[in-house]
Amino acid sequence: MAVKDYLRERFFPHMWCPGCGHGTILNSLIRAVEELQLNKNEIVMTSGIGCSARISGYVDFHSLHTLHGRALAFATGVKLSRPNLNVLVPMGDGDALAIGGNHFIHAARRNIDITAIVMNNRIYGMTGGQFSPLSGPGVKATTAPYLTIDSNFDVVELARAAGATFVARSTAYHAKESTELLKKAILHKGFSVVEILSQCPTHYGRKNKEGDAVSMLELHKTNTAKLGSKALEENPNLVPRGIFVEKDRPEYCAEYDKIIAYATREKVS
Amino acid sequence: MSKNIRFVQGNEACVEGAIYAGIDFFAGYPITPSTEIAELLSARLPEKGGKFIQMEDEIASMCAIIGASLTGKKVMTATSGPGFSLKQEAIGYACMAEIPCVIANVQRGGPSTGNPTHVSQGDINQARWGTHGDHAIIALTASNHQDVFTMTVDAFNMAETYRTPVVLLFDEAVGHMREKLIIPEQGELEIVDRLRTSLGKGVDYHPYLPREDGRLPMSDFGGEHRYNVTGLFHDMWGFPSNNPSVVNELLKHLVDKIENNVHAITRYKEHFMEGAEYVLISYGSSARSAIHLAKSRRAKGEKIGVLELQSIWPFPTELVREKCEHAKAILVVEMNMGQVTAQVKASVRKPNRVFLANRIDGHLITPSDIKKLLRVIQGRGV
Repeated sequence: MAVKDYLRERFFPHMWCPGCGHGTILNSLIRAVEELQLNKNEIVMTSGIGCSARISGYVDFHSLHTLHGRALAFATGVKLSRPNLNVLVPMGDGDALAIGGNHFIHAARRNIDITAIVMNNRIYGMTGGQFSPLSGPGVKATTAPYLTIDSNFDVVELARAAGATFVARSTAYHAKESTELLKKAILHKGFSVVEILSQCPTHYGRKNKEGDAVSMLELHKTNTAKLGSKALEENPNLVPRGIFVEKDRPEYCAEYDKIIAYATREKVS
Repeated sequence: MSKNIRFVQGNEACVEGAIYAGIDFFAGYPITPSTEIAELLSARLPEKGGKFIQMEDEIASMCAIIGASLTGKKVMTATSGPGFSLKQEAIGYACMAEIPCVIANVQRGGPSTGNPTHVSQGDINQARWGTHGDHAIIALTASNHQDVFTMTVDAFNMAETYRTPVVLLFDEAVGHMREKLIIPEQGELEIVDRLRTSLGKGVDYHPYLPREDGRLPMSDFGGEHRYNVTGLFHDMWGFPSNNPSVVNELLKHLVDKIENNVHAITRYKEHFMEGAEYVLISYGSSARSAIHLAKSRRAKGEKIGVLELQSIWPFPTELVREKCEHAKAILVVEMNMGQVTAQVKASVRKPNRVFLANRIDGHLITPSDIKKLLRVIQGRGV
């Protein structure tokens, strides 16, 4: 199937700003789905609120555009009630780790077979450029005119600590690498998290003098390095990319099936 | 065949009703005095191949049942005051996206953490207006376990019929009290199953385009029809729209589909109402005291009756007006500061004849509490 067959072209043009990284991430994701030859009828995309969340409207899957931060809670209901479905949950940084932080860690703890994609642009874009829990200190935002003093979460470390069994990171610049990571995440049986650094030239870039989309993309390249690479070894300040966690642990829906098997076992009268 | 007679808590009667109605999925979070509903369903659901999940919070459990409903399941959650507050955002989502679901609120004293182990009926208005924005809602209640069972079945049926969240407004006294429940045979009570689209593969399905009769056939997530669901105003494809006519039509539809069916939704009982000069209007556990009083006063020849409301929202305005037409006085017996009383005053011709008989201290209102007020109204002193 052609890549465009996974899109709802009826609803284009999309609403993202010129230069936004989210469209590139959608591209990586659609290619991952296409390369895995997934049946569109067996994919549910659940999203929350924000620029990232609008992604669910543009894909020709079953799509559930929900409340701010709650996408994983809705997705848990979808997945547990029909475990044969592939559930994809793209989220922004606020969605995933501010208002939705509790759902994020608990989905990871349960190891329910959902693919969470954190589209991290370090800013609240839709509301006009407020800092997020992923902005980190020293950042300018419309609610931090004197620079942020808040520390940021490290998505990878948080997901690992909460119990996610597949954790990876890439960037909008590394679109093909993102596709490969997303394919592995979708195939992984358990809660998988892929953080993809995105760029918001409209708000973050402008306020923080990072230039236009092209120069922000360039930063994705120069500020990151592959896990195990020489570049990372030489400069540990670079943000590592790659697969950080990939392990087996009992998956929630499969474990629940065992409960059903036990509860419905033949009883000796 | 012998009847299936049980001696159960009200919360268990609710669970039995849910099972009878065909519940497939429950998500919840422990909260007094509703917890037994979650506990019992955690055992009962897997026995029938259904699913139970204890979520990380009240918000998540409301969201999870909406997700599960979209895959074609009959779903419920249960809570009490503080949890009901937390669920309101997602209840609004279910109103907007028209997702069938049932929320049992076993009421306790509020506001805030309030009086967790004691009875109250303080969430009447929250059930109506707890979530923001214009919307309509269905809320049912019951005073005894047989009716808890029936109203729970009705709640599931109405959720499917009107594609809406339905609130079960029970209270701590009914929820925790034990009494007899006769579980009806299969087929004795009507069960409404989901209306699914008859459109096949390859035909463009419009999830939000009402049929001639106003109903919206659904298609399960995972099926042939892929569509969008959103809490934003949306067009017939479920795609976000801020087109003024789309917004206008959708909001009217959400309100009208319920408010225009108030007669079909209304549930009530009459006790000793023939020729009643004094009408007690009550619901839930407080109706038990009202009925008790009316029975004893009738035995002494006084013309007192009880109109027991089993559906609170949409409020049965015409029914109340009609039943109170010839009443010398109307006493609304409830355990709050007059939430249904205000509705009754707005319904009857002579609102100055409507009085509130209430108790708000966490104890069940007694027949003598009501009698004292009745004597004052009758001009007979306390």
